[in-house]
Amino acid sequence: MTRIVTSVVGAIVEAWQEVRVHRGRVLLSLVGVTVAVSALSASVAVTEIAQRAVLEQAESSSGRPFTMSANLTPAGSLSREKTDRAWFETLERFDISYATRVVSDYSPVQFSDGTAETSMVFVDGPYATLHRTRIDEGSWFAVGDADRLAPAIVVNEAFWQRIGSPDLGTHPTVTSSRFGDATLVVIGVYASPSWDTEPGLMMLAESASAILPPGDLDHLSPMYEMWVPPEAGEELMNLVELDLESRLGEGASVEIYRTDYGAYMDDPTAVLRMLTIGIGSVILLLGALGLLNIALVTVRQRIREIGIRRSMGATSSRVFFSVMMESVVATAVAGVVGVMLAVLIVKLPIVEEFLTQGMVADPPAFPMSAAVFGLVAATFVGALAGLIPAIVAVRVKPIDAIRI
Amino acid sequence: MSLLELDDVTRTVQIADSDALTILTGVDLEVDAGDRVSIVGRSGSGKSTLLNLLGLLDLPTTGELRWDCVDVRSMRSGHRDRIRGREIGFIFQQFNLLEGRTAMENAVVPLLYADGTSFWRRERIAREMLERVGLGHRLDSLPSSLSGGEQQRVAIARALVRTPRVILADEPTGALDLETGQSVMDLLDEIVAEQGAALVTITHDPAIAARGDRHLRLDSGVLTVDEATAAAAVEQRAVGL
Repeated sequence: MTRIVTSVVGAIVEAWQEVRVHRGRVLLSLVGVTVAVSALSASVAVTEIAQRAVLEQAESSSGRPFTMSANLTPAGSLSREKTDRAWFETLERFDISYATRVVSDYSPVQFSDGTAETSMVFVDGPYATLHRTRIDEGSWFAVGDADRLAPAIVVNEAFWQRIGSPDLGTHPTVTSSRFGDATLVVIGVYASPSWDTEPGLMMLAESASAILPPGDLDHLSPMYEMWVPPEAGEELMNLVELDLESRLGEGASVEIYRTDYGAYMDDPTAVLRMLTIGIGSVILLLGALGLLNIALVTVRQRIREIGIRRSMGATSSRVFFSVMMESVVATAVAGVVGVMLAVLIVKLPIVEEFLTQGMVADPPAFPMSAAVFGLVAATFVGALAGLIPAIVAVRVKPIDAIRI
Repeated sequence: MSLLELDDVTRTVQIADSDALTILTGVDLEVDAGDRVSIVGRSGSGKSTLLNLLGLLDLPTTGELRWDCVDVRSMRSGHRDRIRGREIGFIFQQFNLLEGRTAMENAVVPLLYADGTSFWRRERIAREMLERVGLGHRLDSLPSSLSGGEQQRVAIARALVRTPRVILADEPTGALDLETGQSVMDLLDEIVAEQGAALVTITHDPAIAARGDRHLRLDSGVLTVDEATAAAAVEQRAVGL
């Protein structure tokens, strides 16, 4: 056991000395590996960050997995009120907590610099959870907000900037001809993609119904959304559909379908990831070939040194391990440098902004998996590139080698 | 009981597209602890081949080579390597120090193949040995900045850090001037005597050969007692007295 420990430590010491003494040559040979590892790690990291941004964006627009939407078309003269009632009874029956009505509208809002057409979405409280809506300023709707005389609204970044980015503690207000004389109080600002430059607001559907004339919303087709546990999703979808059909009665049309990204594919970034890892791997392979080439030439130049070491008691297995370790130690160092380079590139504000598109709350730290992947790949390449020179080194005959 | 024993050893090598070339023929030699054996011979007489056999770097074609009464042919390669590292120290004519490594790093090399205390205290052992050969002030010097004599002293320190039982010196003063060569040999003799090791010196320099207790001559692969050197040694000692 002691011999194994001393052999391993000794081989590492030898390898490190070799790398240190021939640092010029080593550095040159490792440039390719460093760049390759950097590219590989950066690819993996970029993909992971982009994946998170894409998923958050997908969840923001179409809900978390498993979110389903229902189109309810009542038969005859059945009113919106009755449709809503059927919806809420079904939710209660199946104990579904995360559900919302989504009614989209487009109406003018009066800003200090004029009127602007504004996207308006009337929702229920769980919408924020269901769509993973991030609140950058203020807060989302709370219990009791539906009872306010001056309805609360949550606006997007463009809206907030349009009113001068005021402190929400001052209860800034706006008016809209859509709501007559009602004053709308801005209570929160939700995150929106950087490309979303038009003002938008959200209001509780209950508030909207309260201040709008009766039947005003009936001409808008509401979307009914619910978020259920994915493992029970398919079964619930069928049960909910049957239940709603029975509640809405003969002639009503109930159409339920899954809307989250899981409905289309398991991982929307899988292709991108495969592509970037593929490109990174090819780069790494080229780096490994360069390293192997230089390592082979170097071993031939070091035959005398290997002979001297053999005369000092180095066994053939030790020589093999040392030459191998040189390659592994060197590429591991190159791997660390490559990963650091990748971190610097990926964490550049301009790159991060481009990747997240303003949709990721706290841009994630450089993914640990990317760093580990880069280091493991570098070490693997080092071992692979060190294998052939190590075999050559073992075949050196000490007698002939010392005479060189 | 001999440390090293060659019994009717022959060594032949195959020359490409030619017959086998016999380098050593019927060599008999015993080396015991504390022996100081000098072997002289002209270039091509087989000195280096003999040294490689004594250093367990090579195996005889016929005959027996025994280390501590064990036929080395029966040992596995790794075992021979470990014996060589632990029990045999090499000193070469061209010093063979590792380039780019300091005196200290060169002296440490054999200890990298040791285990136990010798391995973990390698730097301290190497430092003490370099101080012993008078290079305590050149620990961090590279071979390129050392004189020939200093380089050979580093090589001596390197050969002795594991307190081997046999020192094999191949033309140890061949690359040094006369005065430096004598002082290096004085130092080598002194330390070898301290450690109680056997010293086998292969040289073509009669003055260096005369320092041994046993004098052998290698001619065309045949090892015989060198009467001339023995007589010169007696004379040299008499003058010294």
